[in-house]
Order: sequence, then structure tokens, then C-alpha cells
Amino acid sequence: MTGGSEPNVVAIGFFLGFIALSLGITVWASRRTRTADQFYTAGGDVTALQNGLALAGDFMSAASFLGIAGLVALSGFDGLIYSVGWLVGWPVVMFLIAEPLRNLGRYTFADVVAARLRQVPVRMASAVGSLAVIAFYLIAQMVGAGNLIRLLFGLPYEVAVVIVGVVMLAYVLFGGMTATTWVQIVKAVLLLGGATVLALLVLAQFSFNPLALFAEATRQYGDGVLSPGRLVSDPVDAISLGLALMLGTAGLPHILMRFYTVPDAKTARTSVGYATACIGFFYLLTFILGFGAMVLIGRQQITAVDAGGNMAAPLLAAAVGGTAFFGFISAVAFATILAVVAGLTLSGAATLSHDLWVNVVRKGHPNSSEELVVARAATVALAVVSIVLGILFKGQNVAYMVGLAFAIAASANFPVLVLSIFWSRLTTAGAQASTIVGTVSALVLIWLSPAIQIDVLKHEAAWFPLRNPGIVTIPLAFAVAIVVSWLRPVPEEARAFHALERQIHLGVE
Amino acid sequence: MTSAPRSAPITLEAVTAGRWRIALSLTIAMMVVYFGFILLVAFNKPLLGRLIVPGLSVGVLLGALVIVAAWVLTWIYVRWANTHYDAQLRGLRR
Repeated sequence: MTGGSEPNVVAIGFFLGFIALSLGITVWASRRTRTADQFYTAGGDVTALQNGLALAGDFMSAASFLGIAGLVALSGFDGLIYSVGWLVGWPVVMFLIAEPLRNLGRYTFADVVAARLRQVPVRMASAVGSLAVIAFYLIAQMVGAGNLIRLLFGLPYEVAVVIVGVVMLAYVLFGGMTATTWVQIVKAVLLLGGATVLALLVLAQFSFNPLALFAEATRQYGDGVLSPGRLVSDPVDAISLGLALMLGTAGLPHILMRFYTVPDAKTARTSVGYATACIGFFYLLTFILGFGAMVLIGRQQITAVDAGGNMAAPLLAAAVGGTAFFGFISAVAFATILAVVAGLTLSGAATLSHDLWVNVVRKGHPNSSEELVVARAATVALAVVSIVLGILFKGQNVAYMVGLAFAIAASANFPVLVLSIFWSRLTTAGAQASTIVGTVSALVLIWLSPAIQIDVLKHEAAWFPLRNPGIVTIPLAFAVAIVVSWLRPVPEEARAFHALERQIHLGVE
Repeated sequence: MTSAPRSAPITLEAVTAGRWRIALSLTIAMMVVYFGFILLVAFNKPLLGRLIVPGLSVGVLLGALVIVAAWVLTWIYVRWANTHYDAQLRGLRR
């Protein structure tokens, strides 16, 4: 009954309930989505708590819920290294990006870079970086969705991918940012609530003492489960991945776009505070869920259902809460994927319509109401592309793709974004070169890395020794921006920075 | 309440420099904490595997403390911004 190929009736009931609720939200939101501004930003009146939850819902993917719980269950302490790594980017978003981004931009992060530089070259380069990040993140989510739904509900892989694509399309196309925001809020509440109840049910068997749970894990599997194992065998690779996770969070287009949904920078600040609290709490819970599955289900049984350990959390739910709770947690995992792909698709549509169509093709002067039409057409195109890619990549191990998306975000988007906020002498050519070099070098080095050459192509050796290119490509992108800007200074662009300095702090007055 | 003595007018340059200083120091603090943890995982596995009490190793404790450190640094920033930075911005608007 639990997680085999038999569809679980309760799980499908909860799943249909979530779809009905979210489509109801979409119908309501569609009446509030009549302008491009409402489509991209939900009208800009989202509160700090709402945006904090939506940020958490946009960020906590099925990979972090099912993947990390499974990793901890199977490898103990080594899995915790990931739990920690996914959170540390959020303080960086807070300190360096959130408020200036809100003050300088309208719809996309490219607004900030283009605020004082030449529009066309900067927007084109930023669009390349954004779309590369979104493409890899979307493929990883779609392939994960297909596998997961097959395991949870017994549906064929392709059917699962099409369902995710079509439902997500409905949210974004009709409900825009309003529907996406509320889907993310509902998902965040369900995920945090479900994971909390699951952790409490586990801890109830250990008189609510996590240390008793961990001690039981060492009794069954040895003290080794609480100490570092083989995961961090190469320190340089570990730091490279760490850099990509930490700085990449601040370069994810779908996360950055959420800061335009709040009325001002102070609300943006408070919302990151809520998001950091929620996400950190969630990753602390993965400690309990992972060790709980290790002790109460057993490693052998977890790998018997899914070799990667992805079913650890749902199996744990069945063991401590019965079939109904298993169904609930399965539906939450599904909602998790939908909320993330909706956010990604919306940010991709904003890049295509706002950055490329309005500011490159139309040179900033679109015909009235044209922007919304283009944004909606872009949404449909992205949904089709993501369904096709999801089916094409069936059976591929996509674990490296999320790491790659973070590496591109950290190399292509983060350096230019930070420099355009803090460094007056950044020039158009510097920004453009940095984004292109960051994107291309990250893509090329991943192609030459063991993750592709050895794991996917089955070659003997790889040209580039690291699995994550961040430690090379992030400094490279910063260096290119600085050197190119230094070699050909553009005094009027530096003067434009000083004209904007007030706006960086105070917003549009 | 007696009115506080008026300080010298706040300049944009001072606000920018102050915000830059806080942003950079807190970012570096977060990096030191996180990469310190990763380097310990890489180079001092025996230390992280040592049990403090049954069920709690140094590594698990430090991992949880990295998350707590992220919370604390975020809280420090929000406190600084809500008091000092917002007050400076009010000064700039005048």
C-alpha cells in the first residue's frame, strides 16, 4: 500500500483537494490580473508575512523535502551538510540584495542592472543568464515530479509530467503572480505543518528527545552515522558547491522577482526575515525526519522502495501516521513541485516579455496592453518546453542539475547584480561580458566535469576535476566585470550611478 | 520626553558607507561560519565524529549551530536596519 505501484486512494483524494483549492484561488486571482503590473507583481500589495511564506514556498523544493530526508536516512551526518547548505544563501540575499533590488527595479532583476547602463545589451545578457538558470531548474523539477508521482500515485511518468505542466500553466496563465503567490503560501503552510506533525509523531516515540532518537540510530547503525563519511572527500569540491549554494540563492530569478510583490524595501526586508526563519526551521526538521526514517523504517526497506532514498519521508509518514497521513504527505510533496515550477515559469515569462520583448524589441515603448499578451504567450511556450524537456530527460539522473542551476545563478547573475548595486564604475560592457562569461564558463565546466563525463557519458576520466564549477566561475565572472570596466571606463555611467544612489536607499520618491 | 540634540545632517555618502560596511561584515561572518564548518568536515573528521553525550556528536551540534548562526546574523541585520538604517533614511528624506 505504501509507495508501491498501487495508486493510494487517500493520497489521490488529498491531491485532488489541493488541485481544486489552487484552481479556486486561480479563478479568484484571474479577476485581479488585468494589467502587466498585476501579472508580474500581484499589484505590489503582498504583506511581509505573505511574501516570507511565498519565498519559502518558492524555494523549498521536493528535492529538499524528499531528497534530503532520504539522504540523511541513508548516510546520516553527510545528509545534514546539505540541510545546512541550502539555508546559508538567505542571509546573503538579506544583507546584499533584497532592499536595493526592491528600490531599483520593477519586474525582473535585470531592471536593477539596466537602471543606469544601456538597456539593450544588458537586458540581452541578463536574459541569457536567467533563462539558463530557469531551464536547468525546470528540467530538474519536472523529471523529479515525474518520478515522484509515479512512486506516490502509481501514475505513468509522462502522464505525471503533463499534469504538472498543465496545472502550473493554469495558475500562471490566468492567475499570474497573485495565484502563484497564494499557491506558494498554501504549499509552504502545508509543507511546514506536515513536516512538523511528522517530526512530532516521530519524537513521540522517543519521549520528545531528539538525542534519544539519534542515540537509537547509533545503536542500530554504529557511531558512524553521526560523523562525516565519504560525501566530502574532496574539500575543494565541497567549497565549490558551498559557494554556488550560498551565492546562487541571491541570483535565482524566481526568488528575486518575489521582492517586487511587496510595497516597499522595509517590507522586503521583513519578508526575508520570515523566509529565513521558516526555511531554517524546515531544514532542522529534516534532521529528525531523516534519522526517524533510518531508525523506524530501516535503510534496507527505504532503498527497496527507491534506491535514491526519496521515499524515506512518505514511508515514515505511513509508519507513524497511517495511510491517511501517507496520503497527506504525498499530496504535500506534489503541491511542493507545483509551487516551485509555477514560480520558475512566471519568472521565465517575465524575462521573455519584459526584458526581451518590451525593452529590446520595442525599445521600452510597447503598445498598450501588448506586454500582458506577450507575457501570457511566453507562459504557454515555457509550459510546453518544460513538458517536452521533462519527457526527453526521463531516466536521467538530474541531481546535478539543481547544483548546476545554482552555479549558473551564482556566476552569471550574482556578480553583476552585486556590482551594479555597490560599484559605481561598472560599465555596460563589463556587465555584459561578466554575465556571458559566467554563464558559458559554468556550462562548459559542468560539461567537462565528472558529473557529465563519467556519470552520464561513462567516459574514463573528466577534463575538469570538480563536480561543481562555482569556485572557478564565480571569481572569474567578478574578475571579468571589474577588468572590462576598468579598461574602458564610461564616466557618464558612473555619474548615472551617483544620480541613482538616493534611489538605492529610498526607492522611487 | 525631551527632544534629543540634533546631530549633524546625514549625508548620502555616510548612509551608503554604513550600509556597505554592515552588509559586507555580516556576509563575511556568514561565510566564515559556513565554510569553517565545511573545512572541519573536510579536514577534521575525528573531531566532528566525537560524541559529546550519547546521541549528539560535535558535527551534528555544529551543523545545527550553523542554521542558528544564519538566524542570529539575519536578526542582527533586521535590528540594525529597523533602528539605525530606517532612522537615517528618515533623515535623508527630510
